[in-house]
Amino acid sequence: MTTTAVPVTTRKDWSSDQEVRWCPGCGDYSILAAVQMLMPDLGVRRENTVFLSGIGCAARFPYYMNTYGMHSIHGRAPAIATGLATSRPDLDVWVITGDGDSLSIGGNHLIHALRRNVRVNILMFNNQIYGLTKGQYSPTSEVAKVTKSTPFGSLDTPFNPVSLALGAEATFVARTHDMDRAHMQETFRRAHEHNGAAFVEVLQNCNVFNDGAFEKITGKEVRSNMLIPLVHGEPIVFGAEGEERGVAQRADGGLEIVSVGEAGTAGLLVHDEKRDDPGLAFALSRLARGPYEPTPIGVFRAVERPEYGALMSEQIVQTQEKRGIGDIEALLRSGSSWTVE
Amino acid sequence: MTDTVAHRSVVKGVVLRFAGDSGDGMQLAGERFTSVSAAFGNDLATLPDFPAEIRAPAGTLAGVSSFQVQISDHSITTPGDTPNVLVAMNPAGLKANLSVLEPGATVIVNADAFDERALAKAGYASDPLSDGTLGSFTLYEVPMTSITQEVCKEAGVKPRDAERSKNFFALGLVSWLYTRPIEPTLEWITERFGSRPQVAEANTRAFRAGFDFGETAELFESNYEVRPAAFEPGEYVQVTGNSALAWGLITAARLAGLPLFLGSYPITPASDILHELSRRKEFGIRTFQAEDEIAGVGAALGAAFGGSLGVTTTSGPGLDLKSETIGLAINLELPLVVVDVQRGGPSTGLPTKTEQADLLHAMYGRHGEAPLPIIAPSTPSDCFATAIEAVRLAVKYRTPVIVLSDGYLANGAEPWKLPDIGAIPPIEPDFASAPNHVDEDGTETFWPYIRDAETLARPWAPPGLPGLEHRIGGLEKADGSGNVSYEGVNHERMVHLRQNKIAGITADIPPLEVNDPTGDAQLLLVSWGSTYAAVAAGVKRVRARGMKAAHAHLRHLNPFPSNLGDVLGHYSQVLVPEMNLGQLSKILRAEFLVDAQSLSKMQGVPFRVMEIEAAITAILGGKA
Repeated sequence: MTTTAVPVTTRKDWSSDQEVRWCPGCGDYSILAAVQMLMPDLGVRRENTVFLSGIGCAARFPYYMNTYGMHSIHGRAPAIATGLATSRPDLDVWVITGDGDSLSIGGNHLIHALRRNVRVNILMFNNQIYGLTKGQYSPTSEVAKVTKSTPFGSLDTPFNPVSLALGAEATFVARTHDMDRAHMQETFRRAHEHNGAAFVEVLQNCNVFNDGAFEKITGKEVRSNMLIPLVHGEPIVFGAEGEERGVAQRADGGLEIVSVGEAGTAGLLVHDEKRDDPGLAFALSRLARGPYEPTPIGVFRAVERPEYGALMSEQIVQTQEKRGIGDIEALLRSGSSWTVE
Repeated sequence: MTDTVAHRSVVKGVVLRFAGDSGDGMQLAGERFTSVSAAFGNDLATLPDFPAEIRAPAGTLAGVSSFQVQISDHSITTPGDTPNVLVAMNPAGLKANLSVLEPGATVIVNADAFDERALAKAGYASDPLSDGTLGSFTLYEVPMTSITQEVCKEAGVKPRDAERSKNFFALGLVSWLYTRPIEPTLEWITERFGSRPQVAEANTRAFRAGFDFGETAELFESNYEVRPAAFEPGEYVQVTGNSALAWGLITAARLAGLPLFLGSYPITPASDILHELSRRKEFGIRTFQAEDEIAGVGAALGAAFGGSLGVTTTSGPGLDLKSETIGLAINLELPLVVVDVQRGGPSTGLPTKTEQADLLHAMYGRHGEAPLPIIAPSTPSDCFATAIEAVRLAVKYRTPVIVLSDGYLANGAEPWKLPDIGAIPPIEPDFASAPNHVDEDGTETFWPYIRDAETLARPWAPPGLPGLEHRIGGLEKADGSGNVSYEGVNHERMVHLRQNKIAGITADIPPLEVNDPTGDAQLLLVSWGSTYAAVAAGVKRVRARGMKAAHAHLRHLNPFPSNLGDVLGHYSQVLVPEMNLGQLSKILRAEFLVDAQSLSKMQGVPFRVMEIEAAITAILGGKA
């Protein structure tokens, strides 16, 4: 392992020579740009960085990063990343996934990677639709969604990705969106710095099959009144000047949106991302019933818990300290042996 | 061949079967008898047979657990066709095993267990001990439960707890009957149950009582001696297939200088490999019990991408689930070892019983043209060398390799002469270390799909080296650069390259050896996997009767040894015994246009030697 200083790089160094092949206007472009521009600031080496993905539009991401990368199979990236990250603690491993990839076919791998707290940064591009297969509803699509596979409207209740991650014992859960590069970069940086599994939901527009899915909350005109920035240690407030609103806890423990003018700042909930009990973070994730009501963004939860790969390595070190490095000859004789003269 | 010397007869060997309820400790009794006999110097082979349920309904036929072992004073390969001695701990154990006994066999029953209720549970309308059912056998009725309870009472053990020690009584009795040394078992009891002194005491007392019963009860006319077999000089251990396989993986990782990563999900009969590797952390092994079979192989592949020796272990249902990831590994061209310990299928099938019906799945069970090497161990101890061979091929050719073990090999045990580890050639990972291509503008770059001219293997470049950054994936890649390519002619070239790489391994494996002592046999038997044992023994038997049959055993099932076609063509008749509907014979027919006949067995147990013998006899026209 080299100990020399990390070379100074630019976005260009982190961009591969491959032509980017998303549809013009896709939200993925801005996410890719945010990541490529962030990487030089993270103090990591390209050769120690790996982008892994499954299948879907988002999953093409690794081809465009000039790092090590693997475009694997549908839904399995968290499992593959678990093997890589636990066996190579020196690597910075990113998983790029979508709502279909990680919440339908790969749901099982996602929740287990989160509960184990494997050191991976999972960026989940949520566009509430299947893009690569040309427009079927996804596990985050709203009920009654009319698509090619649901001409009479979808019947399934959608997942709330943040709620799901919190329920899966994730130690780092955040949400950001493709219209705000600075917010994305700050959120991705936090994910990268987290020592464990970091889950980031990125609200992402699919302009071909589900255009404007988040427009009611992320549109430039409405954003300040519809996105609730979560800032650790600060009362939760949002809204344009003069019409600020905030989040307060009701007597029954539930959360509600109140007018700051009427309730006063003192009555507002102070955001605590380090709170061990995920209950309040979960309540925050349930504040909006869909992307048409004021929606919290930022870091919901960032708590410390031993990282899975480190625990795995520790067991090996402890065993080797106790028993010495394994000896093959002794292994073969670990039962009883006898000699024939 | 019996030679009586003052109440002790010397016999060449014995086939013994312990049978009882699945909670009766029959596996333990059998394993102990086996260990002692192995250390005593007998050749042996075992056949454990137990239900899938942990505690099937007590006393029923479904709940019978048995352990068969053949011990011998000469070289043997199978656990024996028909037991000479059956120890039945209850009526169900008797009923389930009576049909396989040889006429005149010795039957020792726990008489205490033959009450009306137990007889009814086993489906006996009348008592087989007295109604003539056992007329052709030599029956010994021994009140095992009550004697065990009696001797344990003095040690303050409650009758209900003492009852659990009756398997040690049975073991003691059989140890007397076959003049086994008792010290190793006494020592073993002390060691195993040391933390529970009362259990140790009960088991010791039961064991001694069983031994003394044989000596003093004057029930048995004589006891027997099976003298040590003539083994090649060397150091021996007793080993099961699953242990040997785990040890082979550990050794191969050491030979390759690679950290071992096992991604696995518990499944019968493969779990013991996961268990064994999990307890050997001093070898730097990372064992990952995944959320499912898919994640098990996925994590192994991820670790392989990172430069570890990635391994996944499973059985048939798990192989189904891993197929997509194995296809990815074929496309990524990364080393990966997939161990399939086969069991009866389809679906959940017979989880604890053996079969060889995953061969076509291993060969063809992936979408697209997806060839990979397949190898199969022939005996429990051969699992060691097979694991090393699998790793060697996986690493050298950057490919997933499937190892087809089976339930019989996994749980079966035999003596194993320890190999000289220092004599096993190292495995060279030969990681990429520098850029291998110069772009048009003169920049040095790394192309992940430039192949070695000889092996057609691509470079293995785990993350960490600057200048070698590259992206790989499941999409078709352009030959050389590895960039995504949907171009038809390139795809066809890549399909051929992947196929040729695997086919080329033929040059790297030994030619098929044929056992045909006179060189003029007309019939060739081809075995693979665990059928080796019965086929080798069957061929030996027919030769002793003056018939001529040749035997060839296939360790490499894909690609085949280069001379296989010639070997097959040399014989006018080819017989392929398999525990499936004829999967290898189908491949041989397709590949070599030979009339390979299939001999099928799918009863969850290996072929008996007599079945092979009868099949050969039928073909050669001799008397069965």
